[in-house]
Amino acid sequence: MNAVLGLEDGTIIQGTGFGAEGIVSGELVFTTQYTGYEEALSDPSYKGQILMFTYPLIGNYGVSNNCFESDGVKAEGLVVRESCPDPSHHKSKRTIFQLMEDEGKPGIAGVDTRMLTIKTREYGTLRAALINGSDDGEEAVRLARKQPHISEFDYISMVTCKAPYKLESPLRDPYNPKHVVLMDMGMKRSITTSLLKRGIDITVVPANASTSMIESYEPDMLFLSNGPGDPQQAKNAVEAVKKFAGTMPIVGICLGHQILSLALGAETYKLKFGHRGANQPVKDFETGIVHITSQNHGFAVNGDSFESEDVVVTQINANDKTVEGIAHKYLDMFSVQYHPDAHPGPMDTETIFFGKVLKLLEGEQ
Amino acid sequence: MPKRTDIKKVLLIGSGPITIGQAAEFDFSGSQACRSLKEEGLQVVLVNSNPATIMTDPEMADAVYIEPLDPKTVAKIIEKERPDGIIAGIGGQTGLNITSELAEMGVFEKFGVKLLGTSLQAIKNTEDRELFKETMESIGEKVPRSKAVSTLAEAEGLIDELGLPLIIRPAYTLGGAGGGIAHSREELLEITERGLRRSRISQVLIEESVLGWKEFEYEVMRDANDTCIVICNMENLDPMGIHTGESIVVTPSQTLNDEDHQMLRTAAIKIIRALGIEGGCNIQFAAKDGEYRIVEVNPRVSRSSALASKATGYPIARVTAKIAIGMALDEILNDVTKKTPASFEPTIDYIVTKIPRWPFDKFVTADKTLTTAMKSTGEVMAIGRTIEESLLKAVRSLDIDMCFGKGEWNENEIPALLKTPTSERLFVIYKALATGFSIEEIVELTSIDPFFLRKIKNIVDMENTLKEAASKGDLPIDVLRKSKRMGFTDERIGELTGRTRAEINDLRRNAGIVTTYKMVDTCAAEFAAATPYYYSCYEQMCETNPSDKKKVLILGAGPIRIGQGIEFDYCTVHAVTAIREGGIEAHIINNNPETVSTDYDTSDKLFFEPLTLEDVMNVIEREKPDGVLVQFGGQTSVNLAIPLEKELKRRTDIPTVIMGTSPADMDVAEDREKFNVMMKKLGINQPEAGYATSQKGAFEVAARIGYPVLVRPSYVLGGRAMEIVYDQNDLERYMREAVRVSPQHPILIDDFLESALEIDVDAVCDGKDVLIGAIMEHIEEAGVHSGDSACVIPPQSFDEDTLETVRDYTRKIALALNVKGLLNIQMAKQNGIVYVLEANPRSSRTVPFVSKAVGLPLAKIAAKVIMGYPLKDMGYSLDKEPQVNHVSVKEVLLPFDKLPGADPVLGPEMKSTGEVMGIDYDYGRAFFKAQLSADNLLPLTGKVFMSIRGADRVQLVEVARKLKDAGIELIGTDGTAEYLAEHGIKMDIIKKVRDGSPNVIDMMRRNEVSLVINTPINKQARKDGYRIRRAAVDFKIPYITTIQAAMAAARAIESMKAGEIITKSINEYHREILKP
Repeated sequence: MNAVLGLEDGTIIQGTGFGAEGIVSGELVFTTQYTGYEEALSDPSYKGQILMFTYPLIGNYGVSNNCFESDGVKAEGLVVRESCPDPSHHKSKRTIFQLMEDEGKPGIAGVDTRMLTIKTREYGTLRAALINGSDDGEEAVRLARKQPHISEFDYISMVTCKAPYKLESPLRDPYNPKHVVLMDMGMKRSITTSLLKRGIDITVVPANASTSMIESYEPDMLFLSNGPGDPQQAKNAVEAVKKFAGTMPIVGICLGHQILSLALGAETYKLKFGHRGANQPVKDFETGIVHITSQNHGFAVNGDSFESEDVVVTQINANDKTVEGIAHKYLDMFSVQYHPDAHPGPMDTETIFFGKVLKLLEGEQ
Repeated sequence: MPKRTDIKKVLLIGSGPITIGQAAEFDFSGSQACRSLKEEGLQVVLVNSNPATIMTDPEMADAVYIEPLDPKTVAKIIEKERPDGIIAGIGGQTGLNITSELAEMGVFEKFGVKLLGTSLQAIKNTEDRELFKETMESIGEKVPRSKAVSTLAEAEGLIDELGLPLIIRPAYTLGGAGGGIAHSREELLEITERGLRRSRISQVLIEESVLGWKEFEYEVMRDANDTCIVICNMENLDPMGIHTGESIVVTPSQTLNDEDHQMLRTAAIKIIRALGIEGGCNIQFAAKDGEYRIVEVNPRVSRSSALASKATGYPIARVTAKIAIGMALDEILNDVTKKTPASFEPTIDYIVTKIPRWPFDKFVTADKTLTTAMKSTGEVMAIGRTIEESLLKAVRSLDIDMCFGKGEWNENEIPALLKTPTSERLFVIYKALATGFSIEEIVELTSIDPFFLRKIKNIVDMENTLKEAASKGDLPIDVLRKSKRMGFTDERIGELTGRTRAEINDLRRNAGIVTTYKMVDTCAAEFAAATPYYYSCYEQMCETNPSDKKKVLILGAGPIRIGQGIEFDYCTVHAVTAIREGGIEAHIINNNPETVSTDYDTSDKLFFEPLTLEDVMNVIEREKPDGVLVQFGGQTSVNLAIPLEKELKRRTDIPTVIMGTSPADMDVAEDREKFNVMMKKLGINQPEAGYATSQKGAFEVAARIGYPVLVRPSYVLGGRAMEIVYDQNDLERYMREAVRVSPQHPILIDDFLESALEIDVDAVCDGKDVLIGAIMEHIEEAGVHSGDSACVIPPQSFDEDTLETVRDYTRKIALALNVKGLLNIQMAKQNGIVYVLEANPRSSRTVPFVSKAVGLPLAKIAAKVIMGYPLKDMGYSLDKEPQVNHVSVKEVLLPFDKLPGADPVLGPEMKSTGEVMGIDYDYGRAFFKAQLSADNLLPLTGKVFMSIRGADRVQLVEVARKLKDAGIELIGTDGTAEYLAEHGIKMDIIKKVRDGSPNVIDMMRRNEVSLVINTPINKQARKDGYRIRRAAVDFKIPYITTIQAAMAAARAIESMKAGEIITKSINEYHREILKP
C-alpha cells in the first residue's frame, strides 16, 4: 500500500504504508532509542505527535501484550525505515503491522529517517501529515500546514482518565499505609508500577480534578504524572500545586515537573526538537554522578526564571545543560524532567527517584 | 573530578605480536590512549615488542621501548624511566598479566608506581574463575554452575556433578586459548590438561554448558565518580558454545525487547560497580527467554571494545585512558560531536555486522570446528541500514573466495554442516535456505534465532525475484532499486540476470540509483557531528560534502589474515599521515574495525566499506579524488589496481587516476614472464623457472630445472599451496593432492635454491632516485616463506661486495619498473651468486620493522614521493642504507598453539600471524630478545632435546658444542647421539617416540625439557617429528624447527651467558643513527 508523509516545509516522502488506512497529522518527532517501540507508541505523552524511530528496524521482537504504557497506541502515526513482518521473541503475540492496524493508526516504512532527523535537528520540530493509502504528497503537505501549533491543543484532556480510581498496593503495610494522589495528565503505567512495588497505594485522578476532590482522598503526597503537549495547558494542575504547596509533598515527572515549576513561578519554553530517547545524560549535582535517562519531552523549564530563590536546579542535562530536576529547599517538593520510571529506557534512576519518594512518605508518618 | 596532579609520567604496556585472539585492536586502543594522555600534558612511556604497530612509532610517546613483554624487562624499564603510574587495561590480556606479575614481584611498591584505572583486585576478581563466581554471586548475579580445578582428577570428578558436555575455561588466557567444549570424558581430560598448561596460574574452570542459549555482550564504562554508561550492546548470531570472537556479531541487539535489554543493561552496570572497574569493560551474557547468566567479564579494552568503538564512533580507549588519570566522564569531551560530554550513551541508526576471518585455508590439518577457543586471525565489520545490507557488505569485506551462492554442498551433507559450526556455516545456511530447508529445521540444527535466518531468506528470495525478472527478459527499476537497497552488488545482480557488472552499473546509475553516504556520529543524528566517518547505503540523503581541495583516496588492507597482517595497516596510516602533512585531503576505505586506519581521526574522511571494485568506485564517484593509492594496503588493494584502472578509463566522467607505480608496471612485477624478460635485460640472475599447464609439462620442466623445485599455483597470496618437491613422485602427489594443473590454472616451477641465504630489501623510488631502507638477512634458509623467516638488520654474513650487488640490483629494478613509491625485493645468495626471487612494487610486511630498525619512515617517504616530492630534496643519503650500530632481529609468531592438530613446521607457505622485534648491540642478544618476545624463551640451563634430519648434522655439531659450553645438557635419540659422539660431544640417549615409553614426550609432559630442536624431514616420514613438535606446542615448551634458527639460538645463549641485555628506547637508538 502506498503511503505518504508531508511536512510543513513542503517535504514529501513516499513510502510503503502499514497499519490502518487513514490520515493523521501532528508534530513529527524522532526518538533515538533502539528498543522499546511498544512502550513508546503507547506513551500518552506522544499524543498529537507522529513518532519516528531513528533506529531503522522496528518490530523485530514483535508485540507482547504486557509492555504497554497505557491502554493502546497513543502516538498518532509511526514512521520507520523498515518494519519487521516476522518478529522473533518468546513473548510476541502479534506484529507491529497488526498492532497498528488493531489500534487504527497508520504507519509508513521505507523512509530515509535519518534525513528527516537531520531536517528536524536543523529546522526544529516540523508539523506533518501522514496518509496511508494514498500517494498524494501535496495533500499531505497541505494538511501538515493546516495543523495548528501543538500549544494550541489541550492534549491532556484527551489522554487523562475519565474518573478517579484506586490502585491498592499488594505490598501495602496495613499499619503504616502510604497513599498518593496521582494526577493523570497522560500517565505512563510504569509510574504506578514503581509506586505500587514500594507498597504505596495510589488514587489516580483526572487532570481536571478539583482541589477539593484531591483533598477528599486525604493523600500523603500529590504526584504529577507525565503527559503530552504544552505545560501551559495544564492550568488546573498548576493551580492544584499552588494550593497544596507546603501542605503535603508534591513530586512530578516530565510534564509533572514542568507543572510544578510553573506553579513555583518559573517559565517553560519549547525546545527546538526536544529530547526523546534512552541515552540522555543527566548530571546530578548532589552526587556528581551522571545518570543515563529515558526522556520524552518537547518543552523545558527555564532554570533562571524561578521567582523564589528557594527553588534550586538539582540536575541538568549534560548535553545541552537544560534543567532536568528541581527541588524546593524548604518544602517537600521535587521533580525530574526525565523518566525514572523507564520503560522504555534505562532503570538507572528508578531506585534513586522512587526511593526518595518512599522516604518522603515514610518521613510523613 | 579533575585529573590527578600526582601523575606526570605514565607507562603503557602494549599487547605484543598479533596472534590468534589478539589482533590489531590493541594497536588501535594503545595509540588512542597514547594520544589521549599526551593531550592532557602527560609524559608517556610505552613498551611493546611488536614493531608493526603505530603505537611503537617513536613520535607516539616520549619513550618507546620495543622490548620483550616480560615482567623482568618491564621492571627494568620502570627502574630506568620511573613513571608515576601504569595503565594496565590497554594492552589486552598481555598487559593485564604482566601488570599482575609486576605487582606480585613488588616492583610497583619498590619504585612508587601507582596502578591507574582498574585495580589489581578487580582484575583478580574477574580473571580468577573462583573469585569471579563468588563476586557475581555476592551481588545476586547468576553464573553457570562451575568449579575451578587445578588437577585432572578434580576435573574428572565433575562429570557426574555438572553433566556433559562441559565447558573448560583456563584462567588468565587470551581468546579462550586452551579451552574448549568436552562431550566425553576423554575430551575433558585432554582439554583440561592443555588448559592447565596454558593458564598462568594452572587453573581451569569447568562449567556447565549453556549451549544453545543466545549470547549478548555489553560494553560498559565507569569513572571514579561512579558514573556508568553502556557504549553499546551486541548480539551474537551464533549461540553460546562459540567464542564471541569466533561468532558473527551484530550491533545493536535485534531480538531483545526493551525489558530484556534493560535487564541485561542494569546487570552490566551493577557488575561494573561491584567490581570497581575504572575504564572500559566487556560483559558477556547468555540469555534465553528472559533468563540470563553472566558468562565472562573482561576488565579492560578488548577486541569487542574496538568493535564497539568503530560501531558507535565512541573512542573507548581514549576515554579509558583519561578516566585512568582521574578524569570524570562528564569532563571528557565527546570527540565526535565536539559539543557533548563523553558521559552519554551512544545510540546508532544502522546495523553493524562483524564476521571473523579464519586461517583455515592455511592449515589444512587443523580442526575447523568453531568452539570456545579462538581460531580466527582477524575480522571485518560492515555497516548498513538493514541486516541484509550489513551482512552482504560484511561477507564481501572478508575478501575470501566464498560468497552466498557459492559452495557445493549436497542436501545430505547440509544437516551435519549446520549442526557443527565451522567457518563456512553462514554459507551453508544460505545454501540450505536456497535448497528448500525450512527456517524451523535450520533453527533446530543451529540454535540461531529465526530472526536472522529470515533475513538470509530475504536475500535468497530477492535473488529469485531477480532471476525471475531476468527470465522474462526484464529488470524493472524498482526491483533493481530494492536489491541495491538490500546490499546486492552490481556484479551479483549481473550474475543473476545474465548481464555484466558494467551493464548493471550503468543501468542503475542512469535510473538515479546511486550510493549515498551516511555518517557514524554516536548519536543517530541528534547532534551535528564533526567526525567524517561514513558508510554507504541507498537512501535519499547523502551526507558527504566533497570539498574542492586536492584529495587522495587510500585503499586499506581489510581483515588481518596470515600473509596480510597489521604491517599493511601501518603502511596505510603512514601514507595518510604524510599526505595530510602535505596539506592534501586524505580519505581511507577499509573494513577492519581493529585498526588505527579506521580510527575516526586518522584520515580526513573514513569510508567504512568493503574493498571491492564497486565499493571503491562508489566512493570515487561521490568524492572524485585526484588520485587513488593502491600500493599501501597489501595484496587486497594491489589486486584492485588493474580492474580499477580499467573502470576509471571506462568512466570518462571521473577524473581520478591511480597514483604511484602504474598498474602496468605493477603487472610486470607480478607477471612471471614479463618479469623474466626484464631481469634478463638488466642482466640479473634469477633461479631457473618455468610453468606448466599439464602434468606431463610439469615433469618436463622440473626435470630440466633439476630437483628439488619450488611449485605453486600461478596466483598466490602469502605462498598459499606452495611446496618444495624433491622428486617426480613428490611432484605427482602435489598435483594430485594440492593443486590441479590445467591450462586455465598453470603451476609455476622454480629452481629451489638449496642452502641459499635469503635477503629482503625495502626501498623507495621516485622514478629517478632510490632510497634503500635496509637490507635484511633471513635467518632461515630459502624454502621458508619470507614472511615466516626471522631476519636481521644489518646482515650478519654478507661481505660488502654482496651488499653492493644487492644495492645495485635494487636500484636497477626500481628504475626499470618505474617505481613511484615502495618496493620490496627478495633475493637469495647461493654459491657466491645473488639471485632475484621476486620484486613487489608495493608496501611489504617488513616496512615497519625496517622503519623501526633504522629510523626511516619508509611508508611516509613513499607517500611523499607519490605526491611529487623528489627523494633528493628530503635529505636522506641515497648512497646506501642507513648504517647502524645496533642489531635488530625480527621474529615471527606462529599460531600453532591456537590450532589443535596443525603441524608446527615452517615451509614455503606462510603460517605466522605476527612479528616481534629484538634490539641489542649484539646479534646473539637481539636474537634472544626476539625469541623471548615471541614467547619462545631460550633456556640458559636445563636440557635440550635434539632430533635433526641428516642434512643438518654438520651444523648441529657447532650448535651442540655451544650449548654444551653454556652448561646445557643435551638429550637425543641414538642416531644423533652417535653422530655427536664421533665429534666428541656427549648426549644422553632416549627412546624414539615410536619405540614406546619413556621417550621425550614423557619427559616434556613432566616439564623436564627446556628446549626442543627438531628439524623436519620431508613430507611423508615425519610422524615422530610431528608428535614431538606438537607436544612442544601443547606443553608450551620452546621449540626450534630449522637448523639456522638453532645456530642463532646457540649463539644467543652464548651471548646471554657473556653479557647483560640492554634496555633502551628506540628513540635513543634512532638518535644514535643520526649522529655522524
